[in-house]
Amino acid sequence: MSSETATMTVANAPSHRASRLDRFLMQGGIVITFLVVAVVATALIEPRFLNRLNLLNVMRNFALLLIPSLAQMLVMTAGGFDLSVGAVVAATSVVTAAVMLVGSIYFPGMELALIIASLVIALGVGALVGLVNAGLVSIFSLSPFMVTLAMMSVLMGIALYFTQGIPIYGVVDSFVANVGRGQFLSLPIVLWVALGVLAACIIMQRFTALGRHIYAVGSDQRSARLSGVATSRTLIAAYMLAGLLAALTGFLMTSRLGSGQSTIGGTLALETIAAAVIGGVSLRGGVGRAELVALAALFLSVIANAMNLVQVDSKYQTLVLGAVLIVALAIERLLLRKRQA
Amino acid sequence: MLEVTGFTKRFRGIAALDNVDFSLNEGEVHALLGENGAGKSTLINLIAGTFPWAEGVYRINGRTITSLTPQVAQEIGIAAVFQEFSLVPDLTVVENIFLGREQSSGLFLKRKQMRQAAAELLDSLGFHLPLDEKVAFLSRAQKQMVEIAKALRMRPKVLILDEPTASLTDGEAEKLFNAVALLKARGVGIIYVSHRMSEIRNLSDRVTVLRGGKKIGTVVTAEISDEGLIEMMVGRPVEQLFPKIEHKPGAVRLEVRDLTTEKHSVIGASFTARAGEVVGLAGLVGCGRSELCRAVFGLETIEAGTISLGDKPVERPTPTSMLAANVCYFPADRGSEGLALARSARENATMSSLDLPALSSGPVLKFWRETEAIKEPLGNLALRPMAPERRASAFSGGNQQKLMLARGLMKSFDVYLFDEPTVGIDVGAKADVYNLIKSLVEAGASVVVSTSELPELINLASRVYVMHEGKIVAELAQHELSEAQVLSHYFGGHA
Repeated sequence: MSSETATMTVANAPSHRASRLDRFLMQGGIVITFLVVAVVATALIEPRFLNRLNLLNVMRNFALLLIPSLAQMLVMTAGGFDLSVGAVVAATSVVTAAVMLVGSIYFPGMELALIIASLVIALGVGALVGLVNAGLVSIFSLSPFMVTLAMMSVLMGIALYFTQGIPIYGVVDSFVANVGRGQFLSLPIVLWVALGVLAACIIMQRFTALGRHIYAVGSDQRSARLSGVATSRTLIAAYMLAGLLAALTGFLMTSRLGSGQSTIGGTLALETIAAAVIGGVSLRGGVGRAELVALAALFLSVIANAMNLVQVDSKYQTLVLGAVLIVALAIERLLLRKRQA
Repeated sequence: MLEVTGFTKRFRGIAALDNVDFSLNEGEVHALLGENGAGKSTLINLIAGTFPWAEGVYRINGRTITSLTPQVAQEIGIAAVFQEFSLVPDLTVVENIFLGREQSSGLFLKRKQMRQAAAELLDSLGFHLPLDEKVAFLSRAQKQMVEIAKALRMRPKVLILDEPTASLTDGEAEKLFNAVALLKARGVGIIYVSHRMSEIRNLSDRVTVLRGGKKIGTVVTAEISDEGLIEMMVGRPVEQLFPKIEHKPGAVRLEVRDLTTEKHSVIGASFTARAGEVVGLAGLVGCGRSELCRAVFGLETIEAGTISLGDKPVERPTPTSMLAANVCYFPADRGSEGLALARSARENATMSSLDLPALSSGPVLKFWRETEAIKEPLGNLALRPMAPERRASAFSGGNQQKLMLARGLMKSFDVYLFDEPTVGIDVGAKADVYNLIKSLVEAGASVVVSTSELPELINLASRVYVMHEGKIVAELAQHELSEAQVLSHYFGGHA
């Protein structure tokens, strides 16, 4: 393309009608459309969807998908992948329950302290996993895909070894009552936590140097380094934040389940990548916004709930997830090609 | 202000820069001149801290520096604009200008202030750019402007410009020259790398010429002629680099009529190439001459127009059908389009000739013949080292190019299309390539050369077509060929 036509395209783009529609679709229009269609269709087909208890259930599931999806988004916008996110959730669930179980033997009655201690330790585990992931990716320049795949295997192995696959009971009662089932302003506590995390992510991405550096490293690592961005430090921050968010998910899931389970999170890597990609996160890094990932996570939670309500077999549910993902990817690719043409 | 002495840098034992001295004064434009591979980019990369130097002393403002990284270099006031940009495609113009140097109050970015500062900076340079557009959607010239603005955000004392006008139009280049004058007046020292004699003459105070990693000399620009500079650069009178080609234009071998590609990188181009002549395609990078060659070989989708070989029209060219029709194409990008870098020299040389009866019968390769078959072509090209089992990636740029060219010598083709045949290769390999072109033409083949190196066209071609923004704007015969003549058509032809 010659320089002159390029200038013209750029200058004319906002006033052009078709490209305004394209822009809307590029900047979240797809996921908004998906979400509205899913909600309206589900409400029409199955009125029980709008039942208060069901909506609360959707909200809780949404919250527990949103937090790890934001973790996935952080790593993906930095140009990587985190396949270990589900394994971190499982491992930290086990850690949370184990800390409470052992702690209540030595410090009976100190429930609040035990809850805080288990949270801190779980977050520590998540951050450590993120640090190791980032270290392997940035120091040895290994593929993030392989590093986090191996990490997933290691963590699942450890979690299964310690628990023999048996759930760890003995979680503090007030933890389940106040965190897992707790409500504030008649909305689940876990939803408030997830929305808080979402707000923090939006602010981080838009208004801080770290957010901008994550985009820069994901978009073009060499250019970012030449521009004076500390690329290793940025990658470490992205992976550690992702580890922290995955650990927070493990902690919250334990409060919902009332036990520590080494078998949860098996499909979470796929689900979080699906949420991120449907929310417009680029597989090549550098592009992605937290608010759109949140809409995509909500969309996935709605269709999962809808399929449960109309009693679709769980085997078919993964099939639907895969199909939705392919359709979203194909639409994104078509729009991108149109814009670049 | 800046002074380096005895600078030496080796890559895998080979000296890319050998005991070079260089100095820069405040408010001076110091041009660096030399062929590809002469050590210009090594020198500016060392000064900018991209990689460490092996020997030598580096002083700036009287301070001796022992080691340098790009970040430290920027902090002490050295900024560089390389040909390869350091822009992040998914960030906007403003975000790129301040990348790595964001202004924040506490945790939060001062977004308004940065936008304001970027607008003022671009304004002071006379660059008009959409501030909030992602860099991915800018043209190359616009990216160049962003890159320059970015280099200036730190108010550097030393600015390195590496062929800054390579992708700019006349008007854009003019703005750049104004910006250079402005910075010079502010006392900024500028190291200016360029191939264009006129720029060096108009802008620079002194010129340092490098050849083969060694410094040939530093001269005051006003005191030396263009011919003198060229001789310093090439090391021999120009005629010796280029062989004398006997053109005997014969029957038309390739005829292109009103060719337009789907992407409109080529618009309505018509040209002919005859047996026994070298036809040149000239023009700026991005003018469409590469795409024209690619379209003929079936690598670009064609929207309209016809291609005929001899008098046979070609319906839908594909690389396979064009090879079968005796058309051979050598791409500009050896790494990504030409060679299988991880495979041996032998396999690369025979890659497109495996269907010749000499090398296979049916699906079975006569691998025992392969070594024998490549001996002659590789010998003629003087491959160095002559090691056919070595991986292609282990050869130097010039010798990788010879591996590509060897493919065209496995059998005799009627038409050879060369896209940038001498980019990034040293003078010796260049001469080998020119001699190859000579022998092909004199054996009766038709050769089309698309290149950004004007001396090649002037010395090798019998006719030159000049392209501008996808169109062929001029056809020049051999007796009309001069750098000034060709250049006058580069920007649309009304100069």
